[in-house]
Amino acid sequence: MKNNCYVARSTAIAARPLGDEMMVMSATDSTLFTLNEVASVIWQAADGVTPLDQIVATKICTQYDIALEPALKDAEALVEDLAAHGILLLSDTPLPQAGTSRGVTS
Amino acid sequence: MTAVTESCGVVVQIGGLPIRLRCSDRNFVHQIEERYAGFLSSSNDAAFDFEIELAAPGTESRDEDVRVNWDSGQWLMQRGDFRAEWNPANARGRIQQTSNPYSLDSVLRIVHTLLLARKGGFLLHASSAIRNGRAFLFSGVSGAGKTTMARLAPPDAALLTDEISYVIRRENSYHAVGTPFYGELARPGENLEAPIEALYLLAKGPENKIEPINGTAAVRGLLENVLFFARDPEFVKLVFDSACDFVNRVPVRRLTFVPDASVWELIV
Repeated sequence: MKNNCYVARSTAIAARPLGDEMMVMSATDSTLFTLNEVASVIWQAADGVTPLDQIVATKICTQYDIALEPALKDAEALVEDLAAHGILLLSDTPLPQAGTSRGVTS
Repeated sequence: MTAVTESCGVVVQIGGLPIRLRCSDRNFVHQIEERYAGFLSSSNDAAFDFEIELAAPGTESRDEDVRVNWDSGQWLMQRGDFRAEWNPANARGRIQQTSNPYSLDSVLRIVHTLLLARKGGFLLHASSAIRNGRAFLFSGVSGAGKTTMARLAPPDAALLTDEISYVIRRENSYHAVGTPFYGELARPGENLEAPIEALYLLAKGPENKIEPINGTAAVRGLLENVLFFARDPEFVKLVFDSACDFVNRVPVRRLTFVPDASVWELIV
């Protein structure tokens, strides 16, 4: 993965926090995803303008006392997986429009 | 000169929503009256009007999947045995089908899923019954035991359906409403309503037991059994949101049961 990776939630989803987890449903094919606590943090921080490594450094490493390198590796695998399912957008440039369209219900 | 055939009609009211069904074939209207006997309204007022046109027998195919699409301001619903159009804006629709009453049943189910989605409710593959003023839902896929639970219900339980439960949001709670939609029991439910006490996801096993299901597992278990036909992103979001809200307000439990009357001792 490139150094500058920006992540944004797709607008074609519905999402809702339930306890420590996040439930995400694809609005196009109704597939359901359950994100654990750490994945939920990344999901909620995916505003399209904050680089992934910054999200991991500020939201994951400090909160969960984990080194940046392994945390970033796990995060990259996660966002690539979610992007493959169409519920997260990845780009090497900022995605401000996607980031402002939350598509998240509460 | 064009011959005009006057259609007659009945108003079928499910979940408090009156829908007028008109057809020029009086025999078919009589079939509708018998089929939905406990759900007919004597009022002339109806929220929606559907004109039914009967096609010749033998022209249908039951193999096709249901397709529901929003197109040019109206819903299009079709399967091998029916084709229906419904314009919510002018409250009118048209159904082309054979005289098989189950085709009409399917159209009504679809219409109610669309209407309920806007109101925070849904149709659920579940049997349901009212006991002591509270409704209990028993949900699962075909063969899970929905009809079995209905058959085993004690005399003091009022059966709402053995197949399709009607779940509607009333302010801050969810209620179950009786429906004429039945499964193997071949008997419509009672036209009653009560607040939902619990949703049970069914599993057959060597003993009767109840286990709580929380959070995402509850939502997943619920959504697996929600009837929804429209592949419209907006409606998918509405149903998802309703499912999440439902599990926050109604206990969801796994009911493992032996198929005999003793299981109802746990349902109180």
